[in-house]
Amino acid sequence: MMKKLLLSFVLILSLFATQLIGAAEPNLDVNTPAIIAIKSTMTARHTQLLPHYNSGAVGLTGDAFIAVKDATAVPLKDRGGINNLVSAENTDRAKLYKEIAAGNGHPEWQNDIQNTFAGRWIDKAQSGWFYQGAGGWVKK
Amino acid sequence: MNKNMGLLLAAGLALILSACVTINIYFPAAAAEKAADKIIEEVWQLKDGETKPAETTAPDAKPADSTPAVAK
Repeated sequence: MMKKLLLSFVLILSLFATQLIGAAEPNLDVNTPAIIAIKSTMTARHTQLLPHYNSGAVGLTGDAFIAVKDATAVPLKDRGGINNLVSAENTDRAKLYKEIAAGNGHPEWQNDIQNTFAGRWIDKAQSGWFYQGAGGWVKK
Repeated sequence: MNKNMGLLLAAGLALILSACVTINIYFPAAAAEKAADKIIEEVWQLKDGETKPAETTAPDAKPADSTPAVAK
């Protein structure tokens, strides 16, 4: 009797072990309504930010945000709007990291997600854009 | 005996369930990278291989040329 019980217990455990290997890393859901909304405003804003990335006026920070690197690279007529543009983008980015964590049921993942994005933004940046390295601004 | 068996099974199940919960507490780094890439590609419109050539090689220019020819 006890042997049978032990055997079934081992069976259950081994079943669980295979599950552990198979489902160790589930995908993150990035298609919640909140995330979709943030993505669309960011995509729309990107056409305005693109010339500033290219000119070096705006660069990617090491913590997954953007910052004004050299306002003199912005044409005088656009110089007033650059700070608003950058802060609007950063507000959206902060919301995005928060929503990905919350949307997947783990608000505590927000910092990890932000750190992941920090590396990926820089990795996917076009050559000529600036990003913040350990020792300051670096041209990619 | 049966009582003991039930208790043991219940304890085993509780152990397994708690272990299941533990898995998801760890941050899924690879999944997060994949998710980040997907979002960045969308926001920066980076799908070069798919969208840009389709626009720049102007596939609509050829049909435009051929359809009047057919119409004639």
